Amino acid sequence: MTLSPQLPSSPALPEPGFNFAYLDEQTKRSIRRAALKAVAIPGHQIPFSSREMPMSYGWGTGGVQVTASVIGQMDTLKVIDQGADDTTNAVNIRRFFRKVCGINTTERTEEATLIQTRHRIPETPLREGQIMVYQVPMPEPLYFIEPSRTEANKMHALEEYGPVYVRLYEDITRFGHIAMAYDYPVMVNDRYLMKPSPIPRFDNPKLHMNPALQLFGAGREKRIYALPPYTKVKSLDFEDHPFTVETWDQPCEFCGATDTYLDEVVTDDQGSRLWICSDTDYCNQRQQNNHLLTPTLS
Amino acid sequence: MPYVAVKGGEQAIQNAEALLKAKRRGELAVPELSLEQIKQQMQLAVNRVMAEGSLYDPDLAALAIKQSWGDLVEAAFLLRAYRTTLPRLYYSEPVETDRMHIQRRISAIFKDAPGGQKLGPTFDYVHRLLDFKLAAENNQFSVPTTEIVDATEATPRVLNTLVHEGLIGATKSDDPADISPPFDITRQSLSTPTSRDARLQNLARADEGFLLSMAYSTQRGYGKNHPFAGEIRVGEVEVVICPEELGFDVAIADISVTEVQMVNQFKGSKQIPPQFTQGYGLTFGYNERKAMAMALVDRALQAKDLGEAIDGPAQNEEFVLFHSDNIEAQGFVQHLKLPHYIDFQAELNLIRQLRRNYDQAQAEQNGVEQTSPPASDSSASSLGHAPSPHNGDSTQVPNLDHLSPEPHSPSEVPA
Repeated sequence: MTLSPQLPSSPALPEPGFNFAYLDEQTKRSIRRAALKAVAIPGHQIPFSSREMPMSYGWGTGGVQVTASVIGQMDTLKVIDQGADDTTNAVNIRRFFRKVCGINTTERTEEATLIQTRHRIPETPLREGQIMVYQVPMPEPLYFIEPSRTEANKMHALEEYGPVYVRLYEDITRFGHIAMAYDYPVMVNDRYLMKPSPIPRFDNPKLHMNPALQLFGAGREKRIYALPPYTKVKSLDFEDHPFTVETWDQPCEFCGATDTYLDEVVTDDQGSRLWICSDTDYCNQRQQNNHLLTPTLS
Repeated sequence: MPYVAVKGGEQAIQNAEALLKAKRRGELAVPELSLEQIKQQMQLAVNRVMAEGSLYDPDLAALAIKQSWGDLVEAAFLLRAYRTTLPRLYYSEPVETDRMHIQRRISAIFKDAPGGQKLGPTFDYVHRLLDFKLAAENNQFSVPTTEIVDATEATPRVLNTLVHEGLIGATKSDDPADISPPFDITRQSLSTPTSRDARLQNLARADEGFLLSMAYSTQRGYGKNHPFAGEIRVGEVEVVICPEELGFDVAIADISVTEVQMVNQFKGSKQIPPQFTQGYGLTFGYNERKAMAMALVDRALQAKDLGEAIDGPAQNEEFVLFHSDNIEAQGFVQHLKLPHYIDFQAELNLIRQLRRNYDQAQAEQNGVEQTSPPASDSSASSLGHAPSPHNGDSTQVPNLDHLSPEPHSPSEVPA
């Protein structure tokens, strides 16, 4: 690993009056038990006794609780939202863990041992030993077909996923392709239907056979699920309508990348737009490398 | 390179917090509220915050109200988040509301009942006229004198009269096998189907407004069950714990509660003879509106156990229990304020593609007869194109399926 020019932010002293990582040890243990169960049954949702956290439900409390229960003093934490380290909610969650853990934080994917994310998987490939924690708003992949969780549980138990395929088929008959842009359902280990959290379809292939441990926490819905390293994850599709991901016509305006997920930025009220990498760390590193390369080329 | 103003920062967050604190304080010339003032003069607000925050501590509730700028849902949220950090040391013994130190007690089903009726402090018969004298300060009001009742004496329940006659269902669990410890919704994840202990806990800390609406809906015919206010009592009860290491009871607090027992009609089923049934409500503090609503909803949720038809939202336990908590609800509704650039970008790409296909199909239909290619377009190569100036009207995506609970979006609710 190369030494980062910007060193990981130095640990502050944890805020007095709170246990390390806010939750008491008993609670952390109960969450880890749920996470272990989840690892044992990839893609299956495990109920856990979610606690009220000092941030609102829907703002990442599931991810925060999972992170709080697995984080240790030696960890280096990265928090992203929409792929960026400097969006308000990412800043806020990172600030929280600095306050209650006094741990190191970083913006660099390869330096992090623990990455909490909302809506993206970093472009930099993850490695063994890293833990990805996803914030999940709606863990139940069947809820748009069957809002009753009692019924949905039965459907999972019986592997009754036909209605989901019917829904995808209906899209194809109407639109010629599957009209689902994000939170695209996947089949895990050939058994459980799982929601990958609202990541774009573009990120789905990164879930498959990923060397990192991937934990999914849904605080309000009180569910944890997991993908152990190197788990088979298949995005739902049909033989004659294979799964595809988005591509863009133009490269990133800042770093020139052509293989990343781009954010569309409206720059004036005349409809002008530019497209930039949503993964700020990846984009910054590429810009720095480009900058270093330029003098030698000219 | 144009400036891209899409990111917020730590400084912005800190400034927002500082601004909030300053705005909350208001003009410095006006004296600051003290916790004691809130605790005493806004007692019903304190009660509501304790109930929905599910923590009985008037001082902390008053602090939460002060800190939340008077937003009671936000105050309850503050209490809940604090509650997370507290260790669970003991479970109390069941609270004996029979032995309540009664401030108010009424029954709507018998003109007089053993123990008597006592109005206590209530808004019920006050003319709701704005009292302009109250706008002035230094108001002095004296407590009217009444005869003092022996507080130590237990007040029998009105409903016992019906119990003696066998006309009201004992609320289950006479079964000795059913003395398992009660469910704890703060330590276990609630899953359906539920049992009554879990339901009552959920309702006890449910949002008052939500419960009120649910209860009201049963009265208007969505799960009708003819309620009567059997007994409402308000007062102080003793909380007792029995630590295993000591082996005897220790009283740890007096708390004020409101208890409601509703009597409801039940025409009977094949297994159960015609009789009255009851709905139960209990809240921290003095909060009759909520306790009554709770009792109505509790009764509505017994529909399944009693073999009644389930046709109102208030009878559907999944619907009621999973949407009753305002801490959860306010968070998820308001999380829509968080950035959603990524899923919106994905949705934008999709809608553009659908729109292109639609326009193409329209053009082919209207245009000269020609061999039309199938509408299918699985290549996603041109997704990123800025759209031709379209005038922000509806994108005319057809309704995907009639089963789907969200009819207008081709994808799911952004989250």
